[in-house]
Amino acid sequence: MQNGPVIQLEEVHKVYHMGEVEIPALQGVSLSVQPGEMIAIMGASGSGKSTLMNLLGCLDHPTAGRYLLEGRDVASLSSVERAHIRNRKIGFVFQQFNLLARTSALENVELPTLYAALPAEERHQRAQAVLRLVGLEERAHHQPSQLSGGQQQRVAIARALINNPSILLADEPTGNLDSRTSVEIMNLLERLNHERKLLVVLVTHEPNIAAYARRILFMRDGLILHDYPVRDRHQALEAVHQIMTEAAEVEVAEARE
Amino acid sequence: MDLGMVIRIALRALARNKMRSTLTMLGIVIGVSAVIAMVAVGQGAENQVQEQIKSFGTNTVFVSSGSPSRRRGGVRHGFGSVKTLKIADMEAIEREVPLITQCAPGANSSGQVIFRNQNWFTRLMGTTENYFIVRNWPLLAGSLFGDEAVRSAQNVAVLGTTVADILFPDEDPIGQTIRIKEQPFQVIGVLAPKGQTSWGNDQDDRIFMPYTTLQKKISGQDWVNFLSCTAVSREASLAAQTQIEAVLRERHRIGPGAEDDFQVRTQFEFAELAEQTSQVMTMLLGSIASISLLVGGIGIMNIMLVSVTERTREIGVRMAVGATEMDIRRQFLVEAVTLALLGGTLGIMLGAGASGLISGFLGWPVLISTRAVVVAVLFSATIGIFFGYYPAHKAARLDPIEALRYE
Repeated sequence: MQNGPVIQLEEVHKVYHMGEVEIPALQGVSLSVQPGEMIAIMGASGSGKSTLMNLLGCLDHPTAGRYLLEGRDVASLSSVERAHIRNRKIGFVFQQFNLLARTSALENVELPTLYAALPAEERHQRAQAVLRLVGLEERAHHQPSQLSGGQQQRVAIARALINNPSILLADEPTGNLDSRTSVEIMNLLERLNHERKLLVVLVTHEPNIAAYARRILFMRDGLILHDYPVRDRHQALEAVHQIMTEAAEVEVAEARE
Repeated sequence: MDLGMVIRIALRALARNKMRSTLTMLGIVIGVSAVIAMVAVGQGAENQVQEQIKSFGTNTVFVSSGSPSRRRGGVRHGFGSVKTLKIADMEAIEREVPLITQCAPGANSSGQVIFRNQNWFTRLMGTTENYFIVRNWPLLAGSLFGDEAVRSAQNVAVLGTTVADILFPDEDPIGQTIRIKEQPFQVIGVLAPKGQTSWGNDQDDRIFMPYTTLQKKISGQDWVNFLSCTAVSREASLAAQTQIEAVLRERHRIGPGAEDDFQVRTQFEFAELAEQTSQVMTMLLGSIASISLLVGGIGIMNIMLVSVTERTREIGVRMAVGATEMDIRRQFLVEAVTLALLGGTLGIMLGAGASGLISGFLGWPVLISTRAVVVAVLFSATIGIFFGYYPAHKAARLDPIEALRYE
């Protein structure tokens, strides 16, 4: 892996057009992320965190500003080139798991390799390897309906990992899981971050989940309001609480005006 | 991404939803099998008509008594009701029309035939040996009556196979004596089976004898119903027709403007008419069946469109993990074409089976043409592409962010 930041955002703007109306979703976001970081993005709905995730995941392109991914400007890429980046550089984990129904765990995990046009042998080996990594090698031939929520999310994580991405983007990864399973999934993500130096960016509104990160971003009105590096889980929780108290005070103040 | 991978992805997607895939295919299966079966029936009929025409001999010129058209304000004289066609006319044609090589007369009657305790009512025809040459009709056993038998009006009979089978269920008919209208006749030959005419007459239900015998001993007539003549070639038959008309008009003293009391037709006309008729039938059946194929195609589009909406999230996931617009478009297109081709293949098998049943139960001749099969396959592939393109395009144009959020 190369040196320097994996993600470099410079004054990124995103404006949506709803008919005549222009809705600014990001209003000049700058961000630099080093390899091996684990970041939590927090913020109320409408704060721009989803938009930021979509841009980071190359599902969308910024209206203005630069996005350097591993030093390469991806802001102005065509949709085909963006699809290629998503396939090779980015792994997605969704709140809804988004596995293909009536399809075995193994085939679900293999999906990105199909679009990478890898030979069958290698597809298979890689799929087995990542399933082992998430501890589901024995469930390889089970279909999503035969798996628990936590197991489904682990299959989704295996799918995200199969093409050795530089970034894992997790959008509310535990939003549909109970607290015990949430801990399992977060431990898995933490382990991947530690052992593989995988850059994990997760969006969450739960302090306990955000506490797994070592850097907390708080967004508001399309801007990054706070950017706190934290040493451990305890400090992370403190930071989150501080942020949320401040946010509540701001809201109360705004309500008074 | 290469096409092999696209096909693999599409097949996996189809296999995941077998019920929907089967229902989608059904329209095409029914459409293609209808086309195959209908065209097979049409072609079978066409083929049979052509065989029939060949069995009449392709250079035959047919002269029948009676006028060809309805006379205004008068009585129309139909086939055989006019008694002006004579053996002398036949001899004149043979003498004066060089394009005609030979003629055979035909005098029709009918009557009861008896052999021991078997009896049968059948058609009787008086003719000469030439008739069997003109008609290209071989013997199964025995011999034909020669010129001598005609000259001396001998009581000899040649049987069609139907008559032979009924009168002689388990005996050799040759040499036996049968009674026709109370007169003894010696059976000298049995003809090979000829089958039905295209309008359903059993040509084998008939007894042949010298025309002289029929005229003098059976019906007491001095005229004949028709003459079957052979032209030197198929092309010459049209010219021969004109010449025969001239000869007969002169012999029957028919003035200019007056109507013929006979009719001359060539096998050429028959052949063209029959071919046209059966071709029209094949096309008609084929085009009716094609409509069901079209409906099947629209069915594919319908289900594919529903499928795109239903699978919006799947499309979003595929895009998120690296599928390009072209990958998605190709996948849905390949799915549609696969369904159409698979449906086409099943349809061909079903159509062939249906054709077999039709020929088995209804006794219709059917002929599955390779052309119909090839056309059906190409047509169903085209339908797959044509009706699959719009849903595929719609799927490819989805915004991955919207698609992932779709509930």
